[in-house]
Amino acid sequence: MTLTGTPPAVGTAVGPAVGPAVGRGVRRLDGRVKVRGMARYAFEQLAESPAYLHLLQSTVARGRVSDVDASEAEALEGVLLVLTHLNSPKLADTSDGEYTVLQSPGVAFRGQIVGCVVATSPEVARHGAELVRIRYDEHPHDTRLREDDPDLYAPDEVNASFPTDTDEGPVEEALRSSAVVVDQRYSTPMEHNNPMEPHSCIATWDESQERPTLTVYDSTQGAHGVASTLAKVLGLAQQDVRVISPYVGGGFGSKGLPHAHNVLVALAARTLPGRPVKLALTRQQMFFLAGYRTPTLQRVRIGADADGRITGLVHEAVEQTSRIKEFAEQTTVVSRNMYAARARRTSHRLAALDVPVPSWMRAPGEAPGMYGLEHAMDELAEACGLDPVELRIRNDPPADPETGKPWSGRHLVECLRVGAERFGWSRRGPTGSRRDGDWLVGFGVASSTYPGNVMPGSVARVRYGGRGHYAVHIGAADIGTGSWTALNQVAADALGLAMNRVHLEIGDTALPMATVEGGSSGMASHGSAILEACRRFREEHGESPEPGATTESAAAEHPEAKEYATHSYGAQFVEVRVDADTGEVRVPRMVGVFSCGRIVNPRTARSQFRGGMVWGLSMALFEHSIVDHRFGHVMNHDLADYHVPTNADVVDIDVSWLDETDLHLNPLGVRGIGEIGITGTAAAVASAVHNATGIRVRDLPITPDTLVR
Amino acid sequence: MPGSAGRDASAYGVGVAFARCDDGYTPDVHEAAETRETREAGEAGVASGATEAMEATEAKLTLTVDGSARTVTVDTRTSLLDALRERLGVTSPKKGCDHGQCGACTVLLDGRRTLSCLSLAVAQQGRDVVTASGLDDSGDLHPMQEAFVEHDALQCGYCTPGQICSAVGVLEEAAAGHPSLVTDPDVPAGSAVPLTDDEIRERMSGNLCRCGAYVDIVAAIRDVAAQRPPVPSR
Ligand code: FES
Ligand code: FES
Repeated sequence: MTLTGTPPAVGTAVGPAVGPAVGRGVRRLDGRVKVRGMARYAFEQLAESPAYLHLLQSTVARGRVSDVDASEAEALEGVLLVLTHLNSPKLADTSDGEYTVLQSPGVAFRGQIVGCVVATSPEVARHGAELVRIRYDEHPHDTRLREDDPDLYAPDEVNASFPTDTDEGPVEEALRSSAVVVDQRYSTPMEHNNPMEPHSCIATWDESQERPTLTVYDSTQGAHGVASTLAKVLGLAQQDVRVISPYVGGGFGSKGLPHAHNVLVALAARTLPGRPVKLALTRQQMFFLAGYRTPTLQRVRIGADADGRITGLVHEAVEQTSRIKEFAEQTTVVSRNMYAARARRTSHRLAALDVPVPSWMRAPGEAPGMYGLEHAMDELAEACGLDPVELRIRNDPPADPETGKPWSGRHLVECLRVGAERFGWSRRGPTGSRRDGDWLVGFGVASSTYPGNVMPGSVARVRYGGRGHYAVHIGAADIGTGSWTALNQVAADALGLAMNRVHLEIGDTALPMATVEGGSSGMASHGSAILEACRRFREEHGESPEPGATTESAAAEHPEAKEYATHSYGAQFVEVRVDADTGEVRVPRMVGVFSCGRIVNPRTARSQFRGGMVWGLSMALFEHSIVDHRFGHVMNHDLADYHVPTNADVVDIDVSWLDETDLHLNPLGVRGIGEIGITGTAAAVASAVHNATGIRVRDLPITPDTLVR
Repeated sequence: MPGSAGRDASAYGVGVAFARCDDGYTPDVHEAAETRETREAGEAGVASGATEAMEATEAKLTLTVDGSARTVTVDTRTSLLDALRERLGVTSPKKGCDHGQCGACTVLLDGRRTLSCLSLAVAQQGRDVVTASGLDDSGDLHPMQEAFVEHDALQCGYCTPGQICSAVGVLEEAAAGHPSLVTDPDVPAGSAVPLTDDEIRERMSGNLCRCGAYVDIVAAIRDVAAQRPPVPSR
């Protein structure tokens, strides 16, 4: 299964990472413990005599807590503590509204934490929570996102530090003089990450030493980030907070940053020093407190000449944020360099509403943004009378239209061609032309993209333990991404060892600092640090080190990265079948072809790509958090009503990738694979639904009611 | 709770495999942690949360868990899932929703797949519970578990023990002739149902996998089903 390839574009020479392990489809090293259920996730870590915390959440969307009666709960046998703003310890830092828990009676959204009950068992904690009577002064609230909200504003920047707006060239003039113009509105709904493992922690506050310390088992994509946030908010020294997170039951962005519950459990632990306090959010609570994808209202305008060459492109998005913390998703950033438009304008406007705090959800920005852009491209192809694959090929820019930099490796056209071949795209018929019994059949296509990200700051440690065995330490996370395995592969090759001579340890702030497992940056960031630490270890200690020999290092500088525009690309092809009577949509076949630089482990990589495409399918057909604006909460806040794909919804997903190594971004030649799979998918489904039925559904999700006419 | 802030990583169990490099090599950090923690769980008796109160609402029961008789006193409101996880330290079944909506808590109860979050512990007196950690009593992997690893039918692994218990249950149900929504009505009642991909997908749809490992889950089950063709039930 060797997949090491010849770099299509050469940068530095192939580094030491190429070896017998990298590129091989090694079985997941944590697979054996996981299939037996023996991998201990945060809530399952051993704790002696733990206490259990149950949350109290506001029942109004805006207002103030006017009265708390905890007497009945406090009288309940087994209740150890009822914590509200009235008796909470003060926080040292209240600059971040999301983490400012129980510091005032104010309520900024429905479901905000207003207190908790801690008891000797989960049953008593929950019972106690029901006995606490909280009264509110309720103020009028607004949870509805509208394009014409007079209070829309431009944030200073959008997520991942992109400029809010861009304006390049005379775009209005270009649109006026274009032979063909598409001008449409698209929307994507509020969505919730819903990892299968709920957000969970066990926190212990220890005052037995000179300085208080806090130990937290947490389900997180970044242990070091949780530790530094908790230290700051609680006024502890960073080294006095330890966060441990060896196994994580999915995150998809929602565990990328700590959330309010992390602060709450620490406050409770501080009030009960020495006693481990356990908290697992319920599935319902996750819909208020663990982040979500903002709904987006998008308008896309594309002008093209008669041959389909784009002359001007405008992509505008309106999104929501909370009143206590700003999160601005980078929805339209993809349109800045996806296609060769001479004139381009993009913008983001925010409405601060009485809603929970939005945050990262798998491919924040790219996922909704590529839906709007790629759906508009499909409409442009139709308007120009061009095949949608051909339209994209015609508009492939030779260099980054935004910066003028050369691409580190842009292979979108190849992905489209290979994908068309694998899928059998040539068999696509005209709109509404294919029927098989009750089923209307259609084919659709869209492009995928995700930037190649490397985050600075990660450090790896290599230590020789004797008898041929080496420890490799880095505080990284495996959230299902396969890091336990793939990072081991990198280290084995870099040290010139068999994989079973390398003992990787991750998921703990007692290990060297690692950046968040997010932005598809894990391998590029953590893998590069390991690579350099291994290289320097050999340089310093040679092939026959003394037991105990240790080297610690960050990734090597890679100045070349700045000279290139580094993005991954892909093409997705989808067949849909739409029931002519009920509007039910089935997706029997999906094909994805990706160009993401080197693939370290084909077996786990295929799972990442497939998982991303399942997410794209889910975005297209199912996911929709429906807010009852009268009360400000998500009504379908559980897994029965918030639909994600089941086994029966997913049939055949064919994944492949170009054999490629991109050494411009990092010495490993990788660009990241975790998020690209979700981008473009929903547009491909919408394109196929249109091909099958002639109906354009521009507001996701595409549910049966949108297709029954 | 082992480990406190600032201590060396080995205090918690990262470090275990490495620490053992010198005196007897343990090949896999995951296996090492498992062995050690399982032992400690047995010793510590795990969460003794129910000891401080609540006599009036308590009940004592004995049941078999993964082959061992276990006696436990629980608050009568405790689900089987919480009894296993919080009282008995058996954390193989996972809690994804606590509402019977995800399948993560699936165990085999007297041989049939059951959502342990929807089962009250006190109703399980004398019954036999098998979790994914007890599917193979030799401590090895059950063929279904082997197939899941081989096909990479898992990512984060959180839904996985439930998927596997469910898959083992599906093989039995199909062999016993239980029909599903997609079963060909012409299959005579009571005769084994062939496990086509459609059958597997339908029967496994009570187990959500947010990581989206479905294609590989079906492949794993298909493999095991092929190794063990359904026998007609008596
Ligand atoms: S935890 Fe039992 S079905 Fe979800
Ligand atoms: S493997 Fe993560 S939810 Fe299934």
